[in-house]
This record gives sequence, C-alpha cells and structure tokens, in this order.
Amino acid sequence: MRIERATSQVLATEFGLTPDEYARALAILGHEPTITELGIFAAMWSEHCSYKSSRIWLRELPIEASWVIQGPGENAGVVAIGAGLAAVFKMESHNHPSFIEPYQGAATGVGGILRDIFTMGARPIASLNALRFGDPVDPATRRIVDGVVRGIGGYGNCVGVPTVGGEINFHPAYNGNPLVNAMTVGIAPAGRIFRSAAAGIGNPVVYVGARTGRDGIHGATMASAAFDADAAEKKPTVQVGDPFTEKLLIEACLELMETDAIIAIQDMGAAGLTSSAVEMAGKGGLGIALDLDLVPLRESGMSAYEIMLSESQERMLMVLDPAREEVGRAIFEKWELDFAVIGQLTDTGRIVVRRQGRVEADIPLRPLAAAPLYHRPLAAPPAPPPFDPASIVDPPALAPALLHLVGCPDLCSRAWVWDQYDSTLGGQTVRRPGTADAAVIRVEGQALALALTTDCTPRYCAADAETGGAQAIAEAWRNLTAVGARPLALTDNLNFGSPENPVVMGQFAAAIRGMAAACRALDFPVVSGNVSLYNETAGTAILPTPVIGGLGILDDARQAVGLALSPGLELVLIGLTAGWLGQSLWLREMKGKEAGPPPPVDLLAERRHGDFVRREIIGGAVRACHDVSDGGLLVAIAEMALAGSVGVRLAEPPADLAPHAFWFGEDQARYVLGVADAEALLAAASAARIPALRLGIAGGGDLTLPGGIAISLAALREAHERFFPAWLD
Amino acid sequence: MRAGITIFPGINRERDMAIAFRKVTGKPPRMLWHQETDLSGLDLIVIPGGFSFGDYLRAGAMAAHSPIMGAIRRHAERGGYVLGACNGFQILTEAGLLPGALLRNASLRFLSMDCHLRVERTDTVFTGHYQRGQVFRAPLAHGDGNYSADEATLDRLEGEGLVAFRYATEDGHLAPEGNLNGSARAIAGIFSGNLRILGLMPHAEDRVDPLVGGTDGLPLFEGLAAALAA
Repeated sequence: MRIERATSQVLATEFGLTPDEYARALAILGHEPTITELGIFAAMWSEHCSYKSSRIWLRELPIEASWVIQGPGENAGVVAIGAGLAAVFKMESHNHPSFIEPYQGAATGVGGILRDIFTMGARPIASLNALRFGDPVDPATRRIVDGVVRGIGGYGNCVGVPTVGGEINFHPAYNGNPLVNAMTVGIAPAGRIFRSAAAGIGNPVVYVGARTGRDGIHGATMASAAFDADAAEKKPTVQVGDPFTEKLLIEACLELMETDAIIAIQDMGAAGLTSSAVEMAGKGGLGIALDLDLVPLRESGMSAYEIMLSESQERMLMVLDPAREEVGRAIFEKWELDFAVIGQLTDTGRIVVRRQGRVEADIPLRPLAAAPLYHRPLAAPPAPPPFDPASIVDPPALAPALLHLVGCPDLCSRAWVWDQYDSTLGGQTVRRPGTADAAVIRVEGQALALALTTDCTPRYCAADAETGGAQAIAEAWRNLTAVGARPLALTDNLNFGSPENPVVMGQFAAAIRGMAAACRALDFPVVSGNVSLYNETAGTAILPTPVIGGLGILDDARQAVGLALSPGLELVLIGLTAGWLGQSLWLREMKGKEAGPPPPVDLLAERRHGDFVRREIIGGAVRACHDVSDGGLLVAIAEMALAGSVGVRLAEPPADLAPHAFWFGEDQARYVLGVADAEALLAAASAARIPALRLGIAGGGDLTLPGGIAISLAALREAHERFFPAWLD
Repeated sequence: MRAGITIFPGINRERDMAIAFRKVTGKPPRMLWHQETDLSGLDLIVIPGGFSFGDYLRAGAMAAHSPIMGAIRRHAERGGYVLGACNGFQILTEAGLLPGALLRNASLRFLSMDCHLRVERTDTVFTGHYQRGQVFRAPLAHGDGNYSADEATLDRLEGEGLVAFRYATEDGHLAPEGNLNGSARAIAGIFSGNLRILGLMPHAEDRVDPLVGGTDGLPLFEGLAAALAA
C-alpha cells in the first residue's frame, strides 16, 4: 500500500533520508513509496550501509599486493598465507549499540564480525577488539566497560573462538560514545573462497539460521545518526545475540561449504534481509523475488517492513544450486536450524517483495545500489595548543613518574579484561594477550602462525590527523614485526564524528592521506574495513580514531618472540630518540597537558628499522622484543621486566637529552630488544646503518635507574595491576 | 586405546581434545554425535568443553538428557572409562555420574587464566604418569567452575581418595589465592568410586605442545594411552 505524499515526506525524514535523497527515491520509483520501499531506501542509503560520505576518500587507500586474494568490497578481506591457505579477516564497529546496551551491543558486534568471516568459507580462529571508553571518573564509564567486557567474553567464549588481543584507551571525548570495534580472523583453503554475487536465474534464495523478530529494526539508520540526550530511548533498536545459535550456524555453514551446493552467500548484518538481498542480486546483475510469508518468524503479525528491516542476529542468506537444495536442508536440520527457500533469482533487475500475496516493494536494483555519493565540505582541523619542551623546568623524578604512568588507565595492566576472555581455546595460542606485542596463533596442523594486532593512538590523530593516520598503521606494522612476523595486510575501522561537520571531514581526509602513505611505504595494503561516522553526542565528536587491525605471518611459529626478559639478557634500543614530548602520555599524566604536535612518523625509518629487527628475530639473535609506543622507553622496559618477572639495571642515557625526555618521549620507529650478545647485535646494526644503543642488562628483582635508584618489581607490579580490579570488582 | 569424543551442539573444545589424543595415539579419535547410542568398541568416552545447548539452562543440564548420555551411562556401568573436562565435568555431575555441582565462580566472572593443579592420587589410568603431589599448570576457562557438594559428600570424596586434582599455589600449597574459582576444598577434579570416571575443570588438552604454553597436560593423555593400550 502506497503512502500519501505528506505522510511519506515526514516518514522519510524520520528514517534519515534528506529531502534530496527522498526526491531521488521518488524519481526511481516513479510513484509514492510503500512504507517498505521507503524503509529499504533509507537503510540502503544510510551512511552505515552506503559509505556515502567516505567512499570518495577510501579510494585513496592502497588495496593491492601479490598476496591479496580479495580486497575491499566483499564480506572480508583475504590474503594468501602459504600452504594453500588463506587468512580471511575484517574489523567492524558496534559503537552506538554498545552505548545504549553495553552487553548486547558488544556481544552482537562480535557475532556480526564472525559471520563476515565464515560467510567466506573460513573457520574463525581468533578474535580481537579495540575499545575506547570515556573518562573513568564518570560512573557511566564504569557500567559501560563492565558490560562491554562481559558482552565480548559472553559471546566469544560461548561461540568457541578465542579472543586473543585488543587495546583499550580512555578519554573524556568518548563519554556518551564509546567505541567497540571487533575483528575476527579465519582460515580457508585459498582456492575455496565464497563470495556474495548471486548467479543463475531461477535459483533458490535460501534463508538459514535464527528466526526473524522485531529486534534491531532500523539499526543501520541509528548507527548513521548522532545521539541526542534521549539516546537511552533507542534501546529497542539494539539487537540481542545468541552465541549458541551462531556456533551451530558456523558448523552448519562450514559443513555445507564442503559440498558444492552454495553459489553465493551473504550474512544478514546491518539492514538485515534488505541489504543481503539487494547486495547479492545487485552484484550478480540479476533480480530477486522474495515471499516474506516463507521467512521463519519469531513473532506473529510482523509486517513486510518489519521483516525486511529486522536486524535479528545469526541469520544468513544463500543462493543454492537447486540440485543440491536437499543436501543443504539436511545439514541445517541436523544442526536444528531453520532452512527456508524464501524466493528466487529473477531476470528483472528488480527486488520484488511480497507479503500475504501483496507486492510490498518493487524497486530497480541498479539505482538503489547506486547510493548517493557526497563530497562533503572540508575544513582544516584546529592545531593543537602549542608546546615548548623548554617550558618544562621542574620535571618530576623518574621513579615516581614511572610508577604513576604504569598505573594510569591508559597504560596499566589489562589482565582484568583478558582474564575474562577465553584466549587458549583451539589449542593454537602461541602468544597470549599481554605476553607479546601481537597475538601469535598457529594455524592448526601447520608450522606457520598468524600475528594479529589492533592499534590506534587517537590523541595523535586529534592533534594531527595525517600523522596520526600514518602512526596507527606504523604501530600495527611495528607490533607485528616485534614478534618476528612479516606484516601482510590490514583491516581498518575508521571511527569519526559527523561527516556534516567540515572539521570532522577534514580530519577524515587527512587521516586517509596519512594512512595511504604508510600503507605504500610499508607494503601493507588495506583489504577490508568499516567506517563509523556520527560518533558524537550532543554535538561533541569523539577523537578521530582510525583503528588498524594488522595481520602478519611467521613461516615457523617457533621463531616468535614475546616481550618477557630473562636474567642476563642485554637490552638494546633500535631507533633514534629525540625526546619528543608533544602529545606524550608523560605530558598528559604528569603535567596535565594535551599539547603540541604528535611525534613525527618517518616511514622510511620505520621500514628500515622494522626490517632489521625482523631479520634479527628470524635469525635467532633476539630473545625478547617490544616496540616503544605509549609512555616511551622507560614504560616499555618496565613492561618487559614485569612480563619476565626480572629486574633491569639501566645504563646512563646520552648526556645531550633531559632524562625525562629521553625516558618518556614517544619518538617512533623504535624497538627494545633483549639479546644474549649485545656486541653482535650492535655490530649488525652498525653494518646496516641502523641506530642502536645499549640500554642495560636484565637481572635481579629491581628496576634500577641510572644513578642507582631502585624500584622493586613488586612495587612496579602493584602500581601496574591496581587500576582495573580496584575500579570494577 | 580407542577413544570417542562426544559432540553436543555448542561444544567447542572437541578439536583441542582430538589434537591431544592424536598426539599420544597417532590416530584420530572417533567423533560421536549426541544422538548416537552405539559406543561399542570404545574404551574411553570423552566429553569436551564448551557450552552445550548454550548452557542456557544450567551448565550441562540439557546435554545430560541427550540420547548419548544413556549410552555413556551404560558404558560406565560396564566399567568403561569416561573423561569430562569443563563443560564435560558439568554434564557428568548433571547426569549424576559424578557427585556435586559446579556453581558460578566466586568472583561471578568468567575466568580465563592459568591455574596450578596438585595431583592427589596417581594409581589411576588418568593420573598414572604424574607424581603424587606434583603441581602442573593448565589453563582454565569457565564461568561455572566452583565445585560444590554437601559436607558429607565432600568428606566421602576425601575419605575414599576420590579427589583427583586440587587448585594450589605454584609450590603446591592450598591457599585462597590458588583456588581461583572458590571451589569447595579447592577441588578441581574428582573420580567416580571405581576410579574410571574423571571430571575436571581445567584444560589439560590445551597443554600438550611445548610451543603452546608447555606440555604440563601431556601426562594425562600419555597415561591414558599407556594404560588403555590394546
């Protein structure tokens, strides 16, 4: 039933369509829309589904390399890892739902990214996450952190995929808009990747998995709008997760994929049946006819609009070879999941949706899929407050500064969080969270292992988005390198404020510029990703947060190194130290200032230093390795000492730098290595023209600073491990 | 040894178990769907970890009523061997094949970390390759591992020597800091009266490879393979 012009205009606005977009939809249809048609346009043209503000910038990112099997555009990216296998991976945000309902928001974020991976034929082997929360002083933050951590664990632990890594930062800019970015990696035979483009007119369109209910209707539209003060009233748009059903869906889909029954497959994520049907038929250049009376429903009396826009979880859409339909049905019945033929592919180029015999939507696919593309106005982001290092006249002593820094929310131990995530499931976890710069997961039955990390330093991005974008990629690449892995490719999750704010778009464009340069310099292409805009509440945007999920490979898992020192190892610093304090955590925590430009990123130095470090690790010269990032050199050394439960005696630093700048500056492209033979390593570095500096030696039970002041490991550990349990238990 | 691994919907550590058994026997164990009832030819039935049927009722409660559980009960009555780890332990208590219950962890949070297990008895097919009093590390990963039973049952388990493993400190002492989930009398694993059924919460199967956390769990599987060699 078509709706009247006046009503439909009001509804269009309510659904998030601009007047121009609404006019365009009308022109495509040639008549007033039905409410279902309007809902389909609104969902497909939402920022979340269409990338209408970000697409023109995303084109600038390098996406190719000889090892890339599938770049952006499918459910996930795919890279060849050797032995005839491929790694399938992607990261996706679930920011808005996690603010409204932290447990379910985070849980369904994990479930959604898992489906993107096994949709492509890969068995998920590891999950990671990147979390950003508001000021810990805000009581709401405590509730959100607790709910998000429980949600990630509750879903991941039950579904049977280990959660092996992640990162957490706090900043008041995330008050009211936390970020929950979830990443999953799977393994598939390289020659057997499943894709979403439908083929074969007349072939059955099959719905499998959980039943459809009224949860999450119009979630994609919610995710494409900024929050007002009434955000809590949006609770009904949050989906509810069922990890048990997801586990069954994984096993049933992978079992069916062993046969040749599947022609195309797509999970039902944002915008549910609408986006999966439109994308599958659209990519295949066909049409699709759906009879919604055949959709398995959880509730009675659901309308076409509700069924098409529901974001009920744990559902997939497939096109099957009609000759194999019964094979599929038998497998799904064995796993006690619904299996229903709900339509056919057609040659009409249109999506036609029927409910109780009536056509509720009939839209040509090509113009529907060609969502609006916006070149939003840009404005230069404001420069950070200036910072003159010479203005620091009374730096606190090193020992109290270190104890404060290792205990602050951004640097303290995350053990309380990791201890709630099953990280050993699968029996392949070579390096668990907190024991190395990247998680190291062996591929079952193989010598090779994947290295995985998530990284971003939002305060750098806020101060200088281009440098921050490059730094996020450089740090991910460094973390993979620090375990001995060869970085292969990355997935990204670009979390920003409203694209309608020119300053936000200016940050977005600059971050992409920095990222693109880093990808090129490091041979580290983007193979999948997600953009999350409108991350703001009451007009205040989050810090620009382009999170990078990096994937690397170790041909032999035995070559992986962690960050734990052992007695007798000598510490050597690779890279140059200029004592850069702008945007450092030392400046923020000890002086209360978020000021100055972030440390410059020298991509050539990153590449040279990283390649040298990796060569030395693979050559067997390195027993422990840690990149130097947040908190600087002394924090990195303290973390290595704590991981190995062994003290360190530090040498005198170079005389030309103030001690606080040398030990807490955040210069990039640096690593601390623990080696048995420092002379040999220094000689190798010198031969390769890589800057290297002897820092000290591991042993005893104290971290002894130059000048002889000793901090016991017990005191260091107490400071490091206090925050989370004291705050949340 | 002919081992079979039971698959309930929602079980998720069956691959880990299969790897451990393949490591000590050189052959893949048989995988048993929860609706199978013919266990003939099998010496050992293994119920691995996971979330059977989502554990949406009580952990293990639904699985305890699956068709295969009747067959496992008959297998046990014939003197067959059964190993239940984590969810498997919970299922065995729900099915009444082992006494007691696994309650929510005392912290009310899911715990995933290494624990230290003290071996309490070594004259069994499960523990014969450990030393009495030996302490080994294994990961635990559960939300409901807090072993509980009435005092009489706990006294009987201890009196009859049916406690297999206890949570301990690294040097083998019983102390609250070693008993991570708050289990009664620090019990991490128990035997049936005939010593042929073992239920334990931690995952020895995830400690059979020097590269993946070490081989502390390997003696359990090597002991089984040696004792049940046929």
